[in-house]
Formats: sequence, structure tokens, C-alpha cells
Amino acid sequence: MILETVAQRRALLARSHTLAMVGASPTTTRPSYFVFSYLRTKGRMHIAAINPNAHDIDGVVAFPSLAAYAAVHGAPDIVDVFRRSSEAAAVTREAIAIGAKAIWYQYGVIDDVAIALADAAGLDVVVDRCIKVETARFDGGLSVGGLNSGLITSKRIAPPSRSN
Amino acid sequence: MNDHSFGFRTRALHAGTPPDPTTGARAMPIYLTSSFVFDSTEHAAELFALRTYGNIYSRIGNPTVAAFEERMASLEGGLGAVAFASGLAAQLAAVLCVAESGDHIVATASLYGGTVTQFTVTLKRMGIACTLVPGDDPRAIEAAILPNTKLVYTETIGNPTGNVADLEALANIAHAHGLPLVVDNTFASPALCRPIEFGADIVTHSATKFIGGHGTVIAGVLVESGKFPWGAGKHPLLSQPSPGYHDMNFAETFGEYALLMRARVEVLRDVGAALSPMNAFMLLQGLETLPLRMAAHVENARIVANFLRGRDEVSWVKYAELANSPYRTLAAKYLPLGAGAIFTFGLRGGREAGRAFIEALELWSHLANVGDGKSLVIHPASTTHQQLGDEEMLVSGVSPDMVRLSVGREDPSDLLWDLENGLRAATAAAAKSGATV
Repeated sequence: MILETVAQRRALLARSHTLAMVGASPTTTRPSYFVFSYLRTKGRMHIAAINPNAHDIDGVVAFPSLAAYAAVHGAPDIVDVFRRSSEAAAVTREAIAIGAKAIWYQYGVIDDVAIALADAAGLDVVVDRCIKVETARFDGGLSVGGLNSGLITSKRIAPPSRSN
Repeated sequence: MNDHSFGFRTRALHAGTPPDPTTGARAMPIYLTSSFVFDSTEHAAELFALRTYGNIYSRIGNPTVAAFEERMASLEGGLGAVAFASGLAAQLAAVLCVAESGDHIVATASLYGGTVTQFTVTLKRMGIACTLVPGDDPRAIEAAILPNTKLVYTETIGNPTGNVADLEALANIAHAHGLPLVVDNTFASPALCRPIEFGADIVTHSATKFIGGHGTVIAGVLVESGKFPWGAGKHPLLSQPSPGYHDMNFAETFGEYALLMRARVEVLRDVGAALSPMNAFMLLQGLETLPLRMAAHVENARIVANFLRGRDEVSWVKYAELANSPYRTLAAKYLPLGAGAIFTFGLRGGREAGRAFIEALELWSHLANVGDGKSLVIHPASTTHQQLGDEEMLVSGVSPDMVRLSVGREDPSDLLWDLENGLRAATAAAAKSGATV
């Protein structure tokens, strides 16, 4: 199912415990490094990097492929895709093959074939969103920076967890 | 949470201020602290590298200020906001985010006098040129765009002449040239107009005015839509490695958040014009009632404009809703709830009549501000616009007989009683000096 609403994205993040990030970079100025680093230090999900050209990122071992990750950790709850749109379909086939429950395409990763494949295979699908931004939206991180979280609530939000 | 879309009045009360996560305080606490402790050296490093969100130092960010910023972003329909110590600081930041020495900006000419001097004197000294375009023809704006132009700037309602900008036309022209449209929305406030809905990319405010509404604090804010392609190449300050932040490429690293991040971690950090948490709290209190106050301001402004229009002592009234206003159609499109509460009129009898009018007023305050709850009056040619040369003054639409009103929320009968006394004094003064009324 393609998750289009804020509530659906929030529920997905809340029920997920493991995340494999395809294309996570060890280069500290790359967006994918920022996202990897943020999610890792937030300590809410187990985060793994999938990058055949990297040995590790900040000491966390990188896996060469989703299959190699699954051989150790089993199927991830979310596969986060930080690859060119033209490679999205191939990544999606791998994600389906290892039994991932959801697939998340980062900003600009838009490929209709990949989306249709994932949707047909029963995965939850998020398109053209940043998983760091959506995580920060719900834990108060966006609000710290004067950014519009869209949250209106009379309930107390738990303070954001810091470095683990 | 659900996907319910909350209305403007609800967001004016709630956006940016869920209960305090630490104490459960329902009102936004005033975090009056210069600095914030780090959990660990790793946490500090993550914060400084912008890899995690958090507070470091109140010149760059503060929880009370952030609550004000988020509420403004919500009300304007933006992606986020950055608050500044004043409106002039906010608009300077908008320019410095995208332009550097050797660059150029284009602005409509009928602007607040302080903006004109900032653009044509201070920016010029910094090597940023500005072309002010007189009149209301968007094609004239287009003709002024140069290869090194970085933004197009206008005011929703021009100060003081009350011209209403054709925001959609200006946004289309700016975008056709790869430029953002920056709109100062001070006179309308987001209760009456939200420029981002018409294509504006950056909205600035002097929050000193209707946003606060009490005439107490000096403040400014910059809101960004998140829709402009900052990485497209036309704005190297955002799309090239920045030596101001260890060669970070803001557009690549932060995507749609590029300009907001640079506005905060480079421009606000280095310019230093930070908003005090105390003042941010005052502004949050003000925003709670913004839609209610603006409705009351508009109601009184209509009464006062119609009163003045019917007076022999008054040669002209420029309120965009009046039948004879050239801006009536634009006001109906961009300001359907009301064309604001700040407008000008001309007093017959010259300078002496103007002086006598202002001095005879008991209730209207003679001062250089607008958007207070209290009614205000001023003679722009001798005050807010006196730094301008004759030609600039004429270009910005200020004539010697012009009186500017900022209509407050008093009982309208009291406002008219006071104006009546002022007009009587003006007539007497004009007769004494021999001028015809």
C-alpha cells in the first residue's frame, strides 16, 4: 500500500524496528550520511548500511547487498532507498526477495515501475519523502529548528531521545 | 494524530506550542538561557555538524523562539521560519542568503523608507546592486532583471502608498527567470494574505506590527515555502560548497530545507541579529488573537476610510477597497477579508494644515510605527521617508500632503470624533495661512 498521509507514515515509523539503508554513504557531507547518522544516534531503530563500496560507516559494518544483510539480520522492517531513480526497481526486487515489510524512497527517488512492484508485492510504500525529516517531525526535532512540523496536539510529546 | 487539516484560528493558538515536553506546561515557557548543555562530546559534535537537531546557543536557536518560528511558518503555509531581531534584519537575511558582492536584486519602488535605504545604500556598499522599479507593471520588473539578479522583492501592500502587488504575476516572472519572489507581508499579516499561496518563495515580516499587536517588541521573521529549486545553479551560495560551514553544499545536504538552514546557521549566526526568547513569548501571545484582531482592524479601517472620503478637507483617500481605487481588483483577489488597516489620505491646505491636524489629535498617537492595537498617525514626508531625496520620495509615492493612518481597534465613534477635531483644526490653520480649503 502506498502511504500518503502523515498518520500512515507516523504509524509505519512507530511499528518498525529495523532499517536497511541502501546507498548510505561514509562521506560526511553527503545527505545519505546525514540521514544515516541521525537515525543511528536517535537509537529508535536498528540501522544498517547497504553499500558495496564501504567497509563501515562510523564503525557500523556496511553490508554489500540486501541479501547479505538478510543473511545476518533477517528481513528488515524498512528498506530505505538512497539510489538513483533508475536503480530503484532493482533495489525494490531485492527488497521483495528478502521479505522487507516496507520500502521508503528518499527525496527524488521516483520510479513508477519500482513503486508498482513494491505495492503489488504487499509492501508499505513511501515515495519522495526523507525518513530523517519524517522521524524528526514526530519526535520534535523539526520544531527545535523552527520548522513546520504540522503537529497540533494538546498531548505532551516525549522529549526527543539524544545520543545513545 | 490524524490527518485532519486544522484551520487558521486553531493554528494561531496551537501551532508550534504543544505542551512542554519536560514539564507539561500548557503555555510556552520562556527559555531565557544563552546556552544549552551537551549530553556528551559525540552529541556536541553531531549538533555542530548539523547531523542532529538540538539547541546549542540562543543566537542560533532557542525553544521559545522556535515555537514562534513554527507558528509563523504554519500560519503563512511555509516549510519553516527563522526569527530575527527586527524586520529589517529578516529582510537583510533574505538577501544575504542568496546574494553576495557583485550580485543584483530587483524591487518594486513603493516600499518602506527603511527598506529603500537598506537596499540602495547599505547593500550597495556591500557590493549588491538594487534596481527599484516604479509603477505597478510586472513587465517593468521583468525588464529590470539582469544576468546577476538573485531575487525579486515586493510588499503585499506598499508602505505608505497602499498599492497592492500582483503577487501571482510577479511570482510567474521571477520563476521564469529562475528567481525567488520575496514578499514583505507586514501590512497584511497572514490573517489577510498568505503570499506563498500565490507563488511567493520567501515571506518576511516586521513582527513588531500586527504579529505582536501590542506595539511592545521589535522583531522580524523570514518564512520560506520550501518549493524553490535552490540547487538549480542560479544561487551558488546555496548550491556550491560553503566556506562558512566546512564546505557544506546546503542544497545537496538539506534539499528543500537549504535556504532555511543557511539563514540560520550562517546568516543568523554571523549577522547576530537574534530574537530574544522574552520577545518571542510576547509574539506568541500576540499571534493567538491575530485573526480576531485583524477582523477588528479591517472593520474600523473601512469606517474611517469612508468617513474621510466624504470630507471636503480631504483631497484624496487611498484605501484599496474604495470604489475609485486602482487596486480594488487586486485587493479582492489577494486580500478578500480586507485590505488591511494602514492607508493614506491627502489633506487640503498644505503643510500647515497637516501640522495642525496631527497636533490637534487627542486619541490617535503621533509616532513612527504601524500595526499597533492603538490608532496611529504620521506625516511620512517629514518623518519615515525624510531620508529619501525628492525624486526617490516621489518614486516611492510619498507626497507632501500625505497623512498615513494605522487604524486601531478603539471604538470607531471615538476615532471619528478625534479625526473630526483634527480636520477642524486643519481648516482653521489653512484659513490663517491663507491657503484655500
